[in-house]
Amino acid sequence: MHPLITDNPGKKMLLLGNEAIVRGALEAGLAVAAAYPGTPSSEIGNNLFQLAGEPEARLYFEFSTNEKVAMEVAAAASAAGLRSLTCMKHVGMNVASDVLITLAYIGTKGGMVIVTADDPSMHSSQNEQDNRYYARLANLPMLEPAGPQEARDMTKAAFELSEELELPVIIRTTTRTSHVRGPVELGPLPVTKQTLGEFERTPGRWVPVPGVARVRHKVLLEQVEKAQKKAESSVFNRIGGSGKTGILASGVAACYVHDTIMELGCEERVSFLRLGFTYPQPRELLIEFLKSVDKVLVVEELEPFQEDTLKVLANEVKINIPILGKASGHFSRLYEFDPAMVKKAIADILGLETKGPKVPDLSRLPELPMRPPSLCQGCPHRETYNAVKGALDLLGYTPRTIYPTDIGCYTLGLLPPIQMADYLLCMGSSVGTSAGFSVATDQKIVSFIGDSTFFHSGISSLVNAVHNEHNFCLVVLDNSTTAMTGHQPNPGIKLSPPGYEKPRVPIEDVVKACGVKVVRKVNPYKKEATIEVFKEVLAEDRLSVVIAEAPCILYYKRVGGKG
Amino acid sequence: MMAFQRILFTGVGGQGTLLASRLLGETMMEEGFPVRVSEVHGMAQRGGVVESTVMLGGLEGPIISNGEADILVSFEPLETLRALPKCHEGTWIISNIIPIQPFTVRLGQSGYPDPGKWIAFIKQLFKNTVAFNAESLARQAGTTRAVNIVLLGALIGCGAIPVSPEHLKRNIKEKIKPKFVDANLKAFELGLAQVTK
Repeated sequence: MHPLITDNPGKKMLLLGNEAIVRGALEAGLAVAAAYPGTPSSEIGNNLFQLAGEPEARLYFEFSTNEKVAMEVAAAASAAGLRSLTCMKHVGMNVASDVLITLAYIGTKGGMVIVTADDPSMHSSQNEQDNRYYARLANLPMLEPAGPQEARDMTKAAFELSEELELPVIIRTTTRTSHVRGPVELGPLPVTKQTLGEFERTPGRWVPVPGVARVRHKVLLEQVEKAQKKAESSVFNRIGGSGKTGILASGVAACYVHDTIMELGCEERVSFLRLGFTYPQPRELLIEFLKSVDKVLVVEELEPFQEDTLKVLANEVKINIPILGKASGHFSRLYEFDPAMVKKAIADILGLETKGPKVPDLSRLPELPMRPPSLCQGCPHRETYNAVKGALDLLGYTPRTIYPTDIGCYTLGLLPPIQMADYLLCMGSSVGTSAGFSVATDQKIVSFIGDSTFFHSGISSLVNAVHNEHNFCLVVLDNSTTAMTGHQPNPGIKLSPPGYEKPRVPIEDVVKACGVKVVRKVNPYKKEATIEVFKEVLAEDRLSVVIAEAPCILYYKRVGGKG
Repeated sequence: MMAFQRILFTGVGGQGTLLASRLLGETMMEEGFPVRVSEVHGMAQRGGVVESTVMLGGLEGPIISNGEADILVSFEPLETLRALPKCHEGTWIISNIIPIQPFTVRLGQSGYPDPGKWIAFIKQLFKNTVAFNAESLARQAGTTRAVNIVLLGALIGCGAIPVSPEHLKRNIKEKIKPKFVDANLKAFELGLAQVTK
């Protein structure tokens, strides 16, 4: 049995933040979940996927083709009265944002939780956007756990809150809360839960034509006001100490503050407000906090989200004390925090000296060779890249070729010795940007997209390319899995996880149905034949798609049977 | 209450750093100590650096600032050098000495520092250094994939963490696939003996 459905109330397990979210959702009676994988959120979907295979979990889960679809699946399940969840990495929220903002208007019925996992420092992402602004943009309640126990507690509470307010609730994590393990005390799993919903047609509710939307926007603002009252008394917002120096922190930054206070032994001198229910902000609590201290240091990663709110509030109630943080230069808006940075800022405002342990002189150390990640030995993508380069060399196009790329393992084609990745925005951008380059230049364009990314957001751009007669060669690197994020299935796969029997949607059929006239399939390990195919299609000045089909070698070894 | 301790595990994707830190974390939890374990996911399978931390004594923050690692367990000598700024004078350094060349070196873009010379440098600066061929011990135990458990054994052997070898061995038996348990138990013993002999 999957360890997350062992019903051991009171028992402690060492869970990842992401696993704790899954456990919290199971304890709350989660019935339907859908997701597109993305680091650092992936283990939530992976665990739900495994759990859905076990009858005891009484759970439907799907890997949807993208985050927008996943959020729609979860939203409709909620409208039918079931408890639902969707999870994604921060940039996935951009894809789903069209759903998110109107979903806030029409609201939910069964409790619905949306997990966004942000990635400060961009450990595995293309930007470090601060998704707390989505809570403000959409007017939705948001909870931010600082550790695994809170991740479980907040997820469970989020379902209750969602049902009370008839709004989806956002759980926002970061890499350092999603990927940290800590002891989590388990609660009971529900004995019964609703797994079959019933949608009731409600005029004026679920179809936001302007007349309905105008009413629903008003309802939304009323509900947010109720949410704010909830935040005032939330157990996730708590003040420790009664010193005159105020510190406000949330997420993993609150952990660094906690550690610093312990290490400096300055408990008596500070009032530490740990904010966990972070939007809408608890107005009265914050005003009381501002009144009780001489100054406040706001410790939050990325944007001055709480800092700015606090300043507006202080101005409103005419409290004139220093509010320190980003604007004062104590912290940067860039990258994740380092504990020493937090310690220094706190020691600084308290006028304390910090003395670290003695550090030996390391100036004699040589410059160390970097160890960037690279495509695996034997990876089929390497072969495809080499074949494309070989064909372009033979045709004399190499110096003026543009390689728009996309998101997946193959983005590593950026690095030497391949260096065939020139332009990238987001999931699916290889296709749309190829169209742009083909209009703007007379350069040869060869773009790369993976199978899962193609289904995620490549198809509509390909239809666009056919209709608007764009001229480029799109290479679909079809390795039969979503390799980068840990081998999740997608609609095109030939290799399936055990027990996964769902209809296949072959990429070749989709490409042809989009209207592409030149469609070829190659086995990249057959080097000569692959180069020949690329030579043929690249010699022509018209849209072509080459599907390079060979399984991810890591995944093949795991599920395809060895050898 | 036990003192704060910050343990840094570093290695290369595929070496099993995460399993080692997780085994230690679970054992500490079962001993009743507050513990946090951080993991790096994502690029781990693609041959990049993989770091994890185990934080003891009630620390909540999952990452280690420069000069603050109390123990460094390194699976690869170049990564030991890279992690030295995290260490202080009294840091226990437990390091494998067998290099895994990054592809930047294989392509001739950069040179690999001479392990012998730089291990000597480390020993000079950090008195509590234990550097040895963990790969050969793992091979002796039955599988070179048990380098992680050899190093975990050495970590327990150095006595800096309040956990009994017996408890860790019990967890190895429970949490590692049955067919690898014997080799891993032997690997653990060999690592332990490396420090306590």
